[in-house]
Amino acid sequence: MNRLEKKLNELKISGLKAFVPYIMAGDGGIEVLNERILLLEKFGATAIEIGIPFSDPVADGPTIQQAGIRSLENGTTLSKVIKELEKFRDEISIPIILMTYMNPIFAYGIEKFVQDINNAGVDGCIIPDLPIEEEELISHLLDTADIELIRLVTMATPRERIERIAKLGKGFLYTVTVKGITGTRNGYGAEIADFLKMVKDISPIPVLAGFGISTRDQVDQFSSYCDGVIVGSKIVELFANNDLSQIEELITPIQIMNKIM
Amino acid sequence: MKTYNLPDEKGHFGMFGGRYIPETLMQAVLELEEAYSEAKREPEFQAEIQRLLKEYVGRETPLFLAENLTRHSGGAKIFLKREDLNHTGAHKINNTIGQALLAVRMGKRKIVAETGAGQHGVATATVCALLNLDCIVFMGEEDIKRQALNVFRMELLGAKVVGVNSGSATLKDAVNEALRYWVANVDDTHYLLGSVMGPHPFPMMVRDFQSIIGKETKEQFLQAEGKLPEAIVACIGGGSNAMGMFYPFVENEEVKLFGVEAAGEGVQTPCHAASLTKGKPGILHGSLMYLLQNEDGQIQEAHSISAGLDYPGVGPEHSYLKDIGRVNYRSITDGEALDAFQLLAKLEGIIPALESAHAVAYAIQLATQMNETENIIVCLSGRGDKDVDTVRNKLKGAE
Ligand SMILES: Cc1ncc(COP(=O)(O)O)c(C=O)c1O
Repeated sequence: MNRLEKKLNELKISGLKAFVPYIMAGDGGIEVLNERILLLEKFGATAIEIGIPFSDPVADGPTIQQAGIRSLENGTTLSKVIKELEKFRDEISIPIILMTYMNPIFAYGIEKFVQDINNAGVDGCIIPDLPIEEEELISHLLDTADIELIRLVTMATPRERIERIAKLGKGFLYTVTVKGITGTRNGYGAEIADFLKMVKDISPIPVLAGFGISTRDQVDQFSSYCDGVIVGSKIVELFANNDLSQIEELITPIQIMNKIM
Repeated sequence: MKTYNLPDEKGHFGMFGGRYIPETLMQAVLELEEAYSEAKREPEFQAEIQRLLKEYVGRETPLFLAENLTRHSGGAKIFLKREDLNHTGAHKINNTIGQALLAVRMGKRKIVAETGAGQHGVATATVCALLNLDCIVFMGEEDIKRQALNVFRMELLGAKVVGVNSGSATLKDAVNEALRYWVANVDDTHYLLGSVMGPHPFPMMVRDFQSIIGKETKEQFLQAEGKLPEAIVACIGGGSNAMGMFYPFVENEEVKLFGVEAAGEGVQTPCHAASLTKGKPGILHGSLMYLLQNEDGQIQEAHSISAGLDYPGVGPEHSYLKDIGRVNYRSITDGEALDAFQLLAKLEGIIPALESAHAVAYAIQLATQMNETENIIVCLSGRGDKDVDTVRNKLKGAE
């Protein structure tokens, strides 16, 4: 069984919540990738999402855009990230998910990409500009390699479409809890709670909430309606400011909740 | 050629096109596709477009035999399809009328658009003023500097112009920002894309709205000469004036089609916008198409003296037509375009847009390789008033 699926199932069975931080590979230099992943693992991350920088990240807000620019200026490429992961994958026990736009994969060569990330021990892929209508380009290859293609649903996705996507879904269903790009928050409270509950109801696989989750309260609140949260922009910002204790703080509510369970 | 019937139902032209967009936009794009396919079949909708094109835009535009230019070039006769005579001075308004009417039909009264040269922004702001729609236009800071007058025009027309500083601060980055804005405001906003690019159905829909250019041209030329022209030339930014001109001729294989990209300082330098000549297939802004990119798939900046050609991609249908060999793609440098710009002004009393000057420059080269009984039609996509400052500065600098 895929490591990510296994881990999320274990949590689910024991009623525990997931915390998946996002980091931009190469922000701060490719050298710090390993230590950042290990640190997040130590703080209690369930899995880790590793962003590949892209020149035109249309789904991302300013924080991740800036991190991507810094990373590209450091000379980060998809191929360097894969090589780096391959080097130290054995030291890391949590699942690794790559998050990349489609063009870097396309330029790398789709088949070679799947083969190489498989060798590097990658467990899942998130491709924010690949809706289910186009996923055939890569999904069958990922399936064969037992790497999970994480599908997204959003607050603009109608119920029937959520059902379709959830049925195809692997690993977890990435539920976007804003109408907008990463790092924004334009909705609170009841609307999101209802939306997350609906997705939970529909989805046969775990549901994780992401986009615009940046405070302890939100981590707490969102994870109570679903199986866990993904925190991106905030983690990226805290790493950029070298504010490691704040990162630990963010994960705490999940740790506390998990202890009570 | 057997019947040409693309894109397929998923918006693919062979491997090109498609819908490579965030899930947040999928519903909007699916709804747009449905609304467009309904509207397309509805006579009243078509009649309203035709009425505005005639009474507001001033169509049909003339097909003009440029005798002086023909004599000067020596060779094939050169005709100009005068899209520069449209209201707002370019072909862009053919598309904005169609899409704005569609937005109204869909109950969306807010419009977001990107612009490079400012021509599409002006055409969008114009139609929004006419139909009383809210209009916000994203424009790269670089282009805002190059095309200050068009910024003022858009503001006069009631649009809000938002400067974009990310990336190269040109058209590609304006598209990124417009897409991000659309992601956040998709409920009540229509994205009025300005060229034959982006996710399906945009490349097809913009082509259809621009096809009036080729349809009129075909009729006008048949009427005048009793046959089809031997060659057609159009400039390519995203590719909308070219696609609109070419589409009605695609099945007429005896008509040679030439798309002209911007070679900037030369296609052997890093400073050009020749996506089809020098790019590789890739995915950007919702579509698989030829793209200027490095070997890691990072998009490269495009360079051209003309802001409207300054885009690192090119519509998916052009990408397909290149691969099947139906259209020939060529490129013209900044210098060659500047020469053609001045030449057309002096010889014919027509100041072309710098974009269109690329097509004129190539047509002159082509004419010399053809004989006097043959005919070339150039899509003169816009007028050059907006470029007069740029050209003056360039010529001063060269002195
Ligand atoms: C006059 C004119 N011609 C051509 C273009 C290029 O666009 P397209 O290739 O979509 O026709 C522009 C774009 O701004 C333009 O203003």
